[in-house]
Amino acid sequence: MSAPILVIDDVSKSFRGLRAVAAVSFDVRAGSITALIGPNGAGKTTLFNVIAGVFAPDRGRIVFAGADVTGRRPDLICHAGIGRTFQIVRPFPGLSVEENVTIGALRTGTAVSAARRRAGDILDLLGLSAKARELAGTLTLPERKRLEVARALATEPKILLLDEVMAGLRPGETDEMVAVFRKLNAETGITIFLIEHVMRAVMALSQDVVVLNHGRLISRGTPADVVRDPAVLECYLGEDEEA
Amino acid sequence: MIRNLATELSTRDAVAATTLVLLLVAAPFVVGDYLLSVILIILYFAYVGQAWNLMMGIAGQLSLGHALYVGLGAYTAAALFVHFDVPPAIGLFAAMAVAALAGAVIGFLAFRFGISGVYFALLTIAFAEFTRILFSHFDWVGATSGFFLPVENRTSSDLVNLRGTSVMFYYVILTLAAGALVFVRLLAGTRLGYYWRAIREDQIAAQALGINVFRYKMLAVVISAAMTAVGGVFLAFYYNNLFPTDVFGIHRSIEIIVAPIIGGLGTYFGPVVGAFLIGILGEGLTNATEAAGIQTAGIKQLVYGVILLLIIKLVPGGLWPLIARRLGFSIKERRK
Ligand SMILES: Nc1ncnc2c1ncn2[C@@H]1O[C@H](COP(=O)(O)OP(=O)(O)OP(=O)(O)O)[C@@H](O)[C@H]1O
Ligand SMILES: [Mg+2]
Repeated sequence: MSAPILVIDDVSKSFRGLRAVAAVSFDVRAGSITALIGPNGAGKTTLFNVIAGVFAPDRGRIVFAGADVTGRRPDLICHAGIGRTFQIVRPFPGLSVEENVTIGALRTGTAVSAARRRAGDILDLLGLSAKARELAGTLTLPERKRLEVARALATEPKILLLDEVMAGLRPGETDEMVAVFRKLNAETGITIFLIEHVMRAVMALSQDVVVLNHGRLISRGTPADVVRDPAVLECYLGEDEEA
Repeated sequence: MIRNLATELSTRDAVAATTLVLLLVAAPFVVGDYLLSVILIILYFAYVGQAWNLMMGIAGQLSLGHALYVGLGAYTAAALFVHFDVPPAIGLFAAMAVAALAGAVIGFLAFRFGISGVYFALLTIAFAEFTRILFSHFDWVGATSGFFLPVENRTSSDLVNLRGTSVMFYYVILTLAAGALVFVRLLAGTRLGYYWRAIREDQIAAQALGINVFRYKMLAVVISAAMTAVGGVFLAFYYNNLFPTDVFGIHRSIEIIVAPIIGGLGTYFGPVVGAFLIGILGEGLTNATEAAGIQTAGIKQLVYGVILLLIIKLVPGGLWPLIARRLGFSIKERRK
């Protein structure tokens, strides 16, 4: 077992009395591909937002690469090495696809010309090169999801938080995306922490799975363990068919 | 960077741009005093419009109080000149600093406390109005009776003291307008420009990509304010008189934003094209209403308002992208 890169320590977050995340603790191993699953409204995105600095937790700590990053501003979280995508995509619609990714690549402090080159490489990797000059606002939803990944990846994170980037993809496209993440993980050692409803992708990709339900952690283990866990089966009855 | 600019312009664009510059440079030899003064004011609006465009068109921060920076720049340089004999070539820097400081205060208050969009715009109006009232009671610079610069020596040109013929003023503002266009165009291609456009498009996404949104919004306000103040210095020394209501009034702030909106927000030629359209129209209107013997002041504002409404409704991207496409120019600008 490698050391944890991200430690979620007793984290809670409520919205006006609703406990979206309730006393959740677990860690993500460095270099792993870890999945976060759970039914709609389980608190997955909220937990991502707490990690990424959008919300400060009501309680608990986030420790990343040995440093306590709880409550830091989102831009500082990014600089610390955490890249994230948005479940509800947020492209820069009036800028070209290439410019979108270039802005991510500028995070490292490189010159604009180098950032543009790097953006080109990442667009290649995600199969968006043909769209490089299009306005991001003209992309289809699956393309926008890929753009989210490209932009986050361009910031050269140590860990990539992916929020349902495969939702709405056709099975063939899902497999392509899975292959990209595998390759990235193997070649660069980047840790991938993904929220996913598509069980096909979860099973194919992840070594560790964490399950949330009603804000609570109800199970964790290998994909094979988790899908046999009665607690998981119960909360998922009739859920993953729609995904 | 200069090479970048050159390579991104097609030869057709280059020919058009060169022709325009040559025409404007030759204008004083060709046109009469009246027309020259009209073009001069058009270029002034192209200049301050470009400064406003940097903040709104590129960085996405709506200011409806830019007259504040014009006024602060104008009064600062004029007061230094009249009271301490400081030439405007030096007073200019003080003017920019004062306006930048005012911009920093407004930006700090707004961006620290999460005031944005319409509320930010209201704050900028409030500051301009507040300053107008303040200057109306500021005896050192004449309060409501106005502040006057000595009018002298109008035959020879003295750039350091900005005393000279209207032709000298014409070339000064032409240089400023052209310089502002090139400056904003170049800046947009730098890291700063990318960050500003990211913030304009989606602040939350920008922040998630590591951009310190507060810092770059502050920079946009401060740079735009300092640029605008230079326009104010020009105005003070061209007109030689300053009245708080005339300088800081909300109608002045609106005037500044008409050209870039009509020309095309976030485009680089938009403010120039818009300034020419509005300038020619405004002049025509003045002449027409005068000939008809009608009171003009209110009518002009009304027509501006109607045109703004039409543009925002019908061509929200502004006229320049439309014209550019028609004429086959490449536009590497905001195409929304
Ligand atoms: N900003 C917010 N303000 C108020 N309530 C919120 C906010 N964000 C999330 N919630 C609530 O918190 C709960 C958890 O939501 P969250 O988006 O984290 O779920 P999720 O697991 O990501 O669900 P999904 O699979 O549908 O994306 C939900 O009940 C949701 O309505
Ligand atoms: Mg979610």
